Amino acid sequence: MAFFLETLIGGLMSGMLYSLIALGFVLIFKASGVFNFAQGAMVLFAALAMARFSEWIPQGLGIESKVLGNLLAFAAAMLVMVIVAWLIEKLVLGKLVNQEGITLLMATLGITYFLDGFGQTLFGSQIYKIDVGLPKDPIFLLEGVFQGGILVSQEDLYAAVIAAALVAALSLFFQKTATGRALRAVADDHQAAQSIGIPLSRVWVIVWSVAGFVALVAGIIWGSKLGVQFSLSVLALKGLPVVILGGLTSVPGAIIGGLILGMGEKLSEVFLGPMIGGGIEIWFGYVLALLFLLVRPQGLFGEKIIDRV
Amino acid sequence: MAERKIGDVILDVRNISLRFGGVKALTDISFDVREHEVRAIIGPNGAGKSSMLNCINGVYSPQEGSITLRGQTFKHMNSRQVAESGIARTFQNLALFKGMSVLDNIMTGRNLRMKSNLFQQAIRWGAAEREEIAHREFVERIIDFLEIQAYRKTPVGRLPYGLQKRVDLGRALAMEPTLLLLDEPMAGMNVEEKQDMSRFILDVNDEYGTTIVLIEHDMGVVMDISDRVVVLDYGKKIGDGTPEAVRSNPDVINAYLGTSH
Repeated sequence: MAFFLETLIGGLMSGMLYSLIALGFVLIFKASGVFNFAQGAMVLFAALAMARFSEWIPQGLGIESKVLGNLLAFAAAMLVMVIVAWLIEKLVLGKLVNQEGITLLMATLGITYFLDGFGQTLFGSQIYKIDVGLPKDPIFLLEGVFQGGILVSQEDLYAAVIAAALVAALSLFFQKTATGRALRAVADDHQAAQSIGIPLSRVWVIVWSVAGFVALVAGIIWGSKLGVQFSLSVLALKGLPVVILGGLTSVPGAIIGGLILGMGEKLSEVFLGPMIGGGIEIWFGYVLALLFLLVRPQGLFGEKIIDRV
Repeated sequence: MAERKIGDVILDVRNISLRFGGVKALTDISFDVREHEVRAIIGPNGAGKSSMLNCINGVYSPQEGSITLRGQTFKHMNSRQVAESGIARTFQNLALFKGMSVLDNIMTGRNLRMKSNLFQQAIRWGAAEREEIAHREFVERIIDFLEIQAYRKTPVGRLPYGLQKRVDLGRALAMEPTLLLLDEPMAGMNVEEKQDMSRFILDVNDEYGTTIVLIEHDMGVVMDISDRVVVLDYGKKIGDGTPEAVRSNPDVINAYLGTSH
């Protein structure tokens, strides 16, 4: 029982991290109707920026304090992500107003490869580490209930709390503020949004900046766990089954989807693995997503698509 | 309608020509719109009505001619700049935000009038909160006016067509426009819905004093609610005047009955 719970909790927490990536997809889709394939590349780019700045800035300015150095690096990396957002709007999306979704998707595919490559040109292509002081030691819970207690990684715990807070804040922002409403309006119909005076270009810069912010947070958490390396960009593809599960337009869906995926992955690996052979973790999410596409293509929380004929 | 005071010219369209490649959509069109009037642009399908509206709305930039709004001539304005100058529009093929509720759709129309910035809104700081409430009150009045109270929270995608048209009108009204452009407001409606829509258009004109330019190809409705009518055919103006004058204009009769082109 204790082992089951341990696996479950471990799964839920890594699921929270998938949610964070999925959140980036959902944000941009909700607010511009674009499926942003480049979300993973943005995570890598942001993590690289953070890793390098946290090295360069304390060295350059002679700052001793690690907290201050990290804060400055975070601010600088955020600034870089805003610039990236602004450039994407100016050079790519701004030119593609009113185009088909597939055109925009292809454009983000281009952005993916560019960011993957250019990030390494700018920041180097070694494996870097990010140390923002997330505690590495595991803790034991429920020692009174189970013998030896349940082993929980503190790092994962912090990450899950940060992700949850971020998600709550973003949900409120979308549902309750005038800017959030403008973002949703733009997602539904570019032209109509323009005709009522919503500034498309500003909205897009905001959305991509927010997605950049989410990518940065995800990049820092993943990066401090696994090291900043090219595989982060690929890892972000785990966000895809999450958004299919949860629904592309739902922020809570990204969370629940992430939790289901993380949990399912770990449990199936540990308990089904011995029976049918290992490696389930790698394909579990995609098979689950495939099943969902057959049964409920809009995802758990997505808006049901009703077409009038 | 006689007691409504028609004011000075607020929109002056001069010698507009619009081409798409070799196709002439509009040729040398001139007309004016006076304050508080209901001005219709009619014509058979393909006459260039929508093109005309899209020129005023900043979607198309005409190659020749000028459009003057309240003494200010504009060229190459985009839709957003046009919206800022006080022109709102509705769409022929509904362009509502389908996933959003009726209330949210109409609230987006208040966007230009909101002053609070992103960060104030994010933490719902005093001023932003008060602003939201004030705009919400305004929007509720529009909802009452259009008699769609029951659908406030319904996603517009689920509403029947006639009601969606009303929401479209509501969103445009929320902008408190000085000039309201209606692109075929009655297209695809049944008789009852057409009557409702006519009533709303006249009420908007009466109560808010909004100047209205509307496009229709249904001549019957237009003649009843407009003060003056411009008739287009094949991108050229063939008639302009009161409904009575236009109705008896032989060119207009030809265009509509399809004799000798």
